[in-house]
Amino acid sequence: MTVTLLDVRDLEVTYRSRAGDVPAVRGVSLQLDPGQTLGLAGESGCGKSTMAAAILRLLPPDTRTSGSVLLDGEDVLTMRPGRLRAVRWTEAAIVFQGAMHALNPVRRVGVQIAEAIHLHDKLTDEAVDARVGELLEQVGLPARRAASYPHELSGGQRQRVMIAMALACSPRLLIADEPTTALDVMVQAQVLDLLAELRRELGLALLLITHDLSVLASTCERIAVMYAGRVVEEGPAAAVFDEPAHPYTRALSEAFPTIGDRASRKAPHGLGGDPPDPRELPSGCEFHPRCPVAVPICPTTDVQLWPAGPDRRAACVHVRDREPEPSAP
Amino acid sequence: MSADPVPLPPSPDGQAASATPIAAEGLATTTDPDALEQPILEVRDLHVHFRPRRGRGPVARAVDGVDLAVRQGEIVALAGESGCGKTTLARTILGLERPTSGAVLYRGRPIGRGTAALKPYRREVQLVLQDPTGALNPRQSVYESVAEGLRIHGVKGDEEALVEHALARSGLRPPRRFFLAYPHELSGGQRQRVVIAGALALEPSMLVADEPVSSLDASVRGEILALLLGLVRDLGLTILVVTHDLGLAWNVADRLAVMYLGRIVEQGPTEQVLAAPMHPYTRALLSVVPEATHREPQVLAGEPPDPTRVPVGCRFHPRCPALAGGEAARAGVDGRCRGEAMPVLRGLGEHHAACFLTDESVKKEASDRLGR
Amino acid sequence: MAQTSAPPAKDAELTGPAPSPRAIVRARRRRAAARAWAEYRRNRVGMVGLAILIVFIALAVLAPVLVPSSALDVTQATGVPFSPPSAEYPFGTDESGRSVLALTVWGSRVSLLVGFLATVISVLIGSVVGIVAGHFGRWTDSVLMRVTDWFLVIPFLPLAIVLATVLGPSLANIAFVIGITSWPGTARIVRAQALAVTARPYIERARALGAGDWHLITRHILPNVVPLIFANTVLIVAIAILSETTLAFLGLGDPLRVSWGSMLDAAFSHGAASIGAWWYLVPPGLAILLVVLAFTMCGQALEAVLNPRLRGR
Repeated sequence: MTVTLLDVRDLEVTYRSRAGDVPAVRGVSLQLDPGQTLGLAGESGCGKSTMAAAILRLLPPDTRTSGSVLLDGEDVLTMRPGRLRAVRWTEAAIVFQGAMHALNPVRRVGVQIAEAIHLHDKLTDEAVDARVGELLEQVGLPARRAASYPHELSGGQRQRVMIAMALACSPRLLIADEPTTALDVMVQAQVLDLLAELRRELGLALLLITHDLSVLASTCERIAVMYAGRVVEEGPAAAVFDEPAHPYTRALSEAFPTIGDRASRKAPHGLGGDPPDPRELPSGCEFHPRCPVAVPICPTTDVQLWPAGPDRRAACVHVRDREPEPSAP
Repeated sequence: MSADPVPLPPSPDGQAASATPIAAEGLATTTDPDALEQPILEVRDLHVHFRPRRGRGPVARAVDGVDLAVRQGEIVALAGESGCGKTTLARTILGLERPTSGAVLYRGRPIGRGTAALKPYRREVQLVLQDPTGALNPRQSVYESVAEGLRIHGVKGDEEALVEHALARSGLRPPRRFFLAYPHELSGGQRQRVVIAGALALEPSMLVADEPVSSLDASVRGEILALLLGLVRDLGLTILVVTHDLGLAWNVADRLAVMYLGRIVEQGPTEQVLAAPMHPYTRALLSVVPEATHREPQVLAGEPPDPTRVPVGCRFHPRCPALAGGEAARAGVDGRCRGEAMPVLRGLGEHHAACFLTDESVKKEASDRLGR
Repeated sequence: MAQTSAPPAKDAELTGPAPSPRAIVRARRRRAAARAWAEYRRNRVGMVGLAILIVFIALAVLAPVLVPSSALDVTQATGVPFSPPSAEYPFGTDESGRSVLALTVWGSRVSLLVGFLATVISVLIGSVVGIVAGHFGRWTDSVLMRVTDWFLVIPFLPLAIVLATVLGPSLANIAFVIGITSWPGTARIVRAQALAVTARPYIERARALGAGDWHLITRHILPNVVPLIFANTVLIVAIAILSETTLAFLGLGDPLRVSWGSMLDAAFSHGAASIGAWWYLVPPGLAILLVVLAFTMCGQALEAVLNPRLRGR
């Protein structure tokens, strides 16, 4: 019986700042089984990067968190520091956003990858070098690249190095925060192919975070869409992408049009307004000021994730009030 | 605009004979409808090469022979990956970079060199930059940023009214409330609108937009693109968009030119290029775009080579799936792919690509050989 | 069109008839200056330094009021040479019987004046060179930087001595000598900032709008560089005063004017040290120390104010 690898329950994360409290994540629950892929979609300010950092408790010290993050049954948020350090990188690892700039420019990449290994295993230098070479090959780079400095590598290559670093201690879960955002579409395809291959070879579970819904649709099994610190829709990737239940998901998917679709030819779809400021969230459904199908009850209804089809949920009053479908669409 | 009945293959104006810019033989040109209007902007056999600092070492051929023509009132997308030269091309068109050879013609006349000579041109052709945060001086208020162009050119008239008008045109309403704001108080989308307003204040005829939405949130993208479309519709602007996002081209562009390693490799009306791509590079790109899921993905290995080491023959041949997969050999052009220099692609006209496989005469030859 | 959210209106500005945007900008600048001052006030070190400076500047400005200039006249000196501090002469007397206190007060004028003058020259040259080199880059930058390096590398004292000897001893000349030997430091700092600003996208945008170099320099680069120059200037003054002291001590200063350096020179050449006339050496020495220290403290506080990252958290 498979134990759920990652089980996030009612996670809340609030940053403290001079201007007051900023609720970045407001009650999010997610599950990920071993070997599964989950895509987390959302834009700036929705809390997705905070979520990623929270899973490994990498948030700044004065942040308030509540809820639980069970990694293989153990709650990361209440672990003792020693156990936490042991778990970080060996159970779950992160590839951060802007990873290209997360590399130390004055040290060779091989040394930086080795750093991760040294922190967790006591291996001889030769064994470490061998492992670094093995990791580089796994991500599609020749082993001799370990001697290069970051500036000698291209953007795509640096991203691969970051992935190699994340794999250094053979984690079971890889969290990738916007791994392809600054990359060209061909390099993006290469990196996504790599992630898929690694999943197959290593049985990795993958939590992929990005604002490009179509990337998630083609790489993940399930998608969860976040807005203003909450999940507003989740379900099987194809269903969520092809027939979004929540108006925000629909807007996100329309933002990157399908090439060949006449409906979007010379007709860019966008939402008015801007993603909300976490300090001043609208009442009721946080999306209502920008929602094209908002109705008078939206600002006053406390939305939750309601069933929206087989294995799907969405936090929209239209979903709640719709007649249940007799069979899958 | 004069009705010039001469078909368009541009004259090199005394450039070296080796750069004869005629497209692949066999393509019909005499009934070309584009030849009847003089394009508002023309680029003729443009080369922009960068010498390395120390004087020694290879030259980076960022733009290596480009012909492009943009007609009034149309939106042309210049697409390609990083390093293909699209940004350099855009900057050279704006006069921010000096061409090594070739010409940029605005309304038929070459643009000048040097700040003074370029000044009148700059009133007509404006820039919208990629990163709206960096594009605005953080110490200047929105009013000052928008008024900057007016002050530089000494435009007479009520400055406040002009700024207000420009802000309103870019969708920032009520405009007066934005006068006092500073860039850090605005969202990404609003900042981009301020940049657009700054460009519009001078009432240009043409905008060059470099990745206008790539650093903005997904849900805001559509609004800015709709704004650009609105400007073309309402003000008759012409827009050249530089982007790596083919979906953006699908959304807004009338014509699409795909660049690879300093050259345009395919060009034509957007729908034709994206629905029936002719060049193997375009086909590969389209196949991996997540938003075009109906193709078998052809992920090319490696990355585009650097502009200091342009391959001999067709510059795409080392990565070309058609060559690697044997299609080129079957058509009998593999030798040409590897060894023959590709002529510069024509800047206007119907859909065509810089590929030996698409050369009509080659196709004819191949079909003859098959004994049809 | 789009329903965009306007930024929160600053109510104070919207009262009364709509003020012109330029007035708003001025008001904003005033508020920013007030905030910077409040931030500076919080820096204790800076406040102490400022207090000391104010005292010395007051001393220099009010010298004619506080001490009659006749006290400097050797022919009118009535004290016993080299007499220790007493009620009549709180700092004792010099070798001619003049009050050391009077000399110290009057000496502040020369030291501070030369210091400021030299600083103005130094900062002007340094800023212009820095901005031109940083903004125009390439060939101009190379040439200017080689010139800067040349000035940087030449040892200050030999050059100063040669120049002072050639030009002749006068306050203006001394200020000039110090000025042209101390500008490289400013030039390098300003160049670095000008380089960074010139590379920013809004410069390119301004160019695309049609801006020429003059507009770019005055409207964009200068505002970004001025705070840096300001902080640097304060430190340069300290250096300039020290340099003046050194030159005067070596006898290269204006022989007709009293400065702290010339006092030290006189003290040593008349054997004050061997006699044990400490009262002749300590006041000028202490004065120099205090003034230089005060400028340094102010300079550091200014840097902290202008660069928020340096502020103690």
